Amino acid sequence: MKWAGALAVLGLLALPLALSSYALTIFIFIFFYAFLGQAWNIVGGYAGQLSAGHAAFVGIGGYTAAMLSIEHGVTPWIGMFAGAVLAGLLGALIGFLGFRFGLRGFYFVLLTVAFAEVCRILVSNIDAVGGALGLYITFTGNPRHFQFQDQRAYYYIAFALMLFATGVAALIERRRFGMYLRAIREDETAAEAAGVDAFRYKMLAMVVSSSLTGLGGSFYAFYLFSLQPSTVFGIPLSVEIIIRPIIGGAGTLVGPILGSFILTPLGELSRHYLGQSGLHGAHLVAYGLLLIAVVLFLPNGAYPWLRARLARAGRAT
Amino acid sequence: MALLDVRGLSRRFGGLQAVRDLSFSVGEREIVALIGPNGAGKTTVFSLLSGFLAPDSGDVHLGGQSIVGRKPHAVCALGLARTFQIVRPFPKLTVLENVLIGALVRHPHRRDAEAHARGVLDEVGLAGKASQPAGTLTLSERKRLELSRALATEPRLLLLDEVMAGLNSTEVERTLDLVRAINARGIAVLLIEHVMRAVMSLASRIVVLNYGERIAEGRPDEIASDRRVIEAYLGEPDVDAAVP
Repeated sequence: MKWAGALAVLGLLALPLALSSYALTIFIFIFFYAFLGQAWNIVGGYAGQLSAGHAAFVGIGGYTAAMLSIEHGVTPWIGMFAGAVLAGLLGALIGFLGFRFGLRGFYFVLLTVAFAEVCRILVSNIDAVGGALGLYITFTGNPRHFQFQDQRAYYYIAFALMLFATGVAALIERRRFGMYLRAIREDETAAEAAGVDAFRYKMLAMVVSSSLTGLGGSFYAFYLFSLQPSTVFGIPLSVEIIIRPIIGGAGTLVGPILGSFILTPLGELSRHYLGQSGLHGAHLVAYGLLLIAVVLFLPNGAYPWLRARLARAGRAT
Repeated sequence: MALLDVRGLSRRFGGLQAVRDLSFSVGEREIVALIGPNGAGKTTVFSLLSGFLAPDSGDVHLGGQSIVGRKPHAVCALGLARTFQIVRPFPKLTVLENVLIGALVRHPHRRDAEAHARGVLDEVGLAGKASQPAGTLTLSERKRLELSRALATEPRLLLLDEVMAGLNSTEVERTLDLVRAINARGIAVLLIEHVMRAVMSLASRIVVLNYGERIAEGRPDEIASDRRVIEAYLGEPDVDAAVP
């Protein structure tokens, strides 16, 4: 498994040499959404606290870095960390309200959606941050402004983000923190009886997850040169973040990455080809069908199923 | 001073006085049984002691320290561990990982915790199932897993809630031996049990609850012949109805 991972990393490092610019774009999105999925996975997958408002953290992170850059000339390389801190603070607030008052299951989902919606509506109505039109970033192609003439730079940054989030999740997974998160997901009451401070560890998971996600907001802003409240704070982006780890296998390291390799090309291609023939939103139908299939046939996601198949094949030989 | 000292504990749920002015104690290394008819408030007492419920009034001391108002994980860290009547394993975690969760309280490093958890599994006889998901265990194994997880937190006082219910007589014997062995290591035990054979052979003292109140306390032989206890379990003798 370690071997396969190292080989895949090497392969992906060399890959841009052989890619067209369109294929490069798809890979950038694969990595970026795998990164967001992995960040979500920490609180949603391992700890089982289904945040459906993670777009809010992308938005906060992106707006913070963009505003600092546009208004104060602060380089996004610093602004992205400011965005991560603010996203972490919002995560702490949502986590505190949800966990302190014992909101579980659907109630926590609703709380997170509500916060993301409030952010969207607030930002849409504050003219100082661009209102409903959002923010536009002038392209300079200057690396100091987190902008690059060469697409491949974005490829490697997105790849690094994905590896970074996966590294963080891996560190958490094998420590006490990770074990405690899994215990909380399985049975919070039993975990507390066994000495787990559920509130504290859920808060930690939420803060780590939201600040990582906030980091991604800067990438989003400076790769696409624009931020609209309806896209970066909107429910569709939250769904994009959640659906990859769930399809790939929530609470596993490989799940969000595998999920993104399955869904991102599917989404892109169906948007590209079906959208051209006038079938806008057809990729959402594809998502829906895939989600139904996964829930019905692979309730733990694609990766746990694949791992079990490989283990069985390994034993048979 | 006793290891566990309960004074005037009361808890009401709406119109129901679940526990009323309850006082009792458990000494170091002692095994005490809490018995009573269904609905007498035994499990509520466990929840009050372990921090899952807050009492309306009364005080609980563990090793001289008040534990009232503390959260479950804090109570656990102070040395009181409980099991649940309806077992609550982490079904998707392996048996070893289940016990590991308990062991991590005193051994923050995973390797140490794992070694300790394996020791506990050996002791309870689940070592052979270590890598199996807990969801695949039989009821009797799950009951032992429940006990193992609590034991792995290295408590001074272990609260066992009907760990023998639903077991066959061989399994009951095995659990009796296990509880004795745990007690011999210096861990005090407070147990709720309906299996009277277990209660009589294990406990040095028995506390009897009915309608949330203590109606008797004493040695097993005293309790077995106590008129109030017999009435609580079998009902008061109704002279008129007994005449044909």
